[in-house]
Amino acid sequence: MYDFAYHKPKSVADASAAVKKASEGKLMAGGMTLIPTIKQRLARPSDVVDLGGIGDLKGIKVDASGVTIGAMTKHAEVAASADVAKAIPALAKLAANIGDAQVRNRGTIGGSVANNDPAADYPAALVGLGATVHTNERKIAADDFFKGMFETALKDGEIITAVSFPVAKKAAYMKFPNPASRYAMVGVFVADTAGGARVAVTGAGPGVFRVKDMEAALGKGWSADAVAGIKVPAGGLNNDIHASREYRAHLVTVMAKRAVAAAG
Amino acid sequence: MTMSVAMTVNGKAVSGNVEARTLLVQFLREHLGMTGTHVGCDTSQCGACVVHVDGVSVKACTMLAVQAEGSKVTTIEGLAASPEKLHPMQEAFRENHGLQCGFCTPGMVMSAIDLVKRHNYAVTEEIVRHGLEGNLCRCTGYHNIVKSILAGAQAMKAAGV
Repeated sequence: MYDFAYHKPKSVADASAAVKKASEGKLMAGGMTLIPTIKQRLARPSDVVDLGGIGDLKGIKVDASGVTIGAMTKHAEVAASADVAKAIPALAKLAANIGDAQVRNRGTIGGSVANNDPAADYPAALVGLGATVHTNERKIAADDFFKGMFETALKDGEIITAVSFPVAKKAAYMKFPNPASRYAMVGVFVADTAGGARVAVTGAGPGVFRVKDMEAALGKGWSADAVAGIKVPAGGLNNDIHASREYRAHLVTVMAKRAVAAAG
Repeated sequence: MTMSVAMTVNGKAVSGNVEARTLLVQFLREHLGMTGTHVGCDTSQCGACVVHVDGVSVKACTMLAVQAEGSKVTTIEGLAASPEKLHPMQEAFRENHGLQCGFCTPGMVMSAIDLVKRHNYAVTEEIVRHGLEGNLCRCTGYHNIVKSILAGAQAMKAAGV
């Protein structure tokens, strides 16, 4: 690991200024991906700007319209929140199964979303529920936020402050975890929302994506059988030592069926 | 970039000058000479480096020392009341043969204590097995570790710790 300059600003404005000023600045939330990446010399930031000192970014608010989670809220806090479990049980359960207990004690929703790992869990929840990403500059719909692998709509110096999730009529997330890393080989988030049925897939492709055919089928009738015959094309999916693209394509249908059944 | 860092480790105020890139586990082992916390994989998989920071278990190989500024850190060295009197969880590992080579044991014990507290002592075999997802052991096959933690949970409750 190469050395870097470390900053721990007290406000979002100061953090944004610090990262913009640096020649190769990196924002750090929980550090669960950034620190391993720097250790492996896959990243060599000149400056690391730690968001851990900004109190405004922490906390969970739940009201009739939905759940708003501050960017620096840890997975363990979302998993343990009785308010989240009541409003959107699938979201609390998803958070409870990210990584392991120690990762959940450090990793944050903002960090996970900004990193956009193709196998991360939270992107599926954001797209599946039609969430909104709040930044220091604007609000971005989840459908417009996630771009390609590890790419998002965030601009330089733009910082996620919170994510808000509308309450769904029902929702569930099912993942087939890689047994070593516990990242999703395939994870499917399904939700019956005010805007219709949504099906979001993580782990299978280069980034989170929706399966419109499944959404249309669930719109006509919510049942596991409705999605049982719908396959996604294997063509663009991930192919690696853990699973072939054909296997992942198969898992999408299996996990979708299980998620629809679990949502009830 | 050299920085000063100060925190409380096992109840004692400590401080030092570190590079920004210094990991918490390096600070503990190399600056403070507290080698009870181990480095196994150094990739946040194995859990040999687990310590408590402000009351919850974290992997000290994936946290910078400067991130722990002002925090209360507890390591395996901080558990026993005295060399003669082990923490109930340590004693449970000893009683139940919950270790063989012992390399993973400090992390196992630290994770176990956090797990038991998080579940308010009400742990089951299933909770323990899932709760150990972040800790690897290459000797025991986990069976006696699970047994140790179930016994340790009861002993912690009885001792009120």
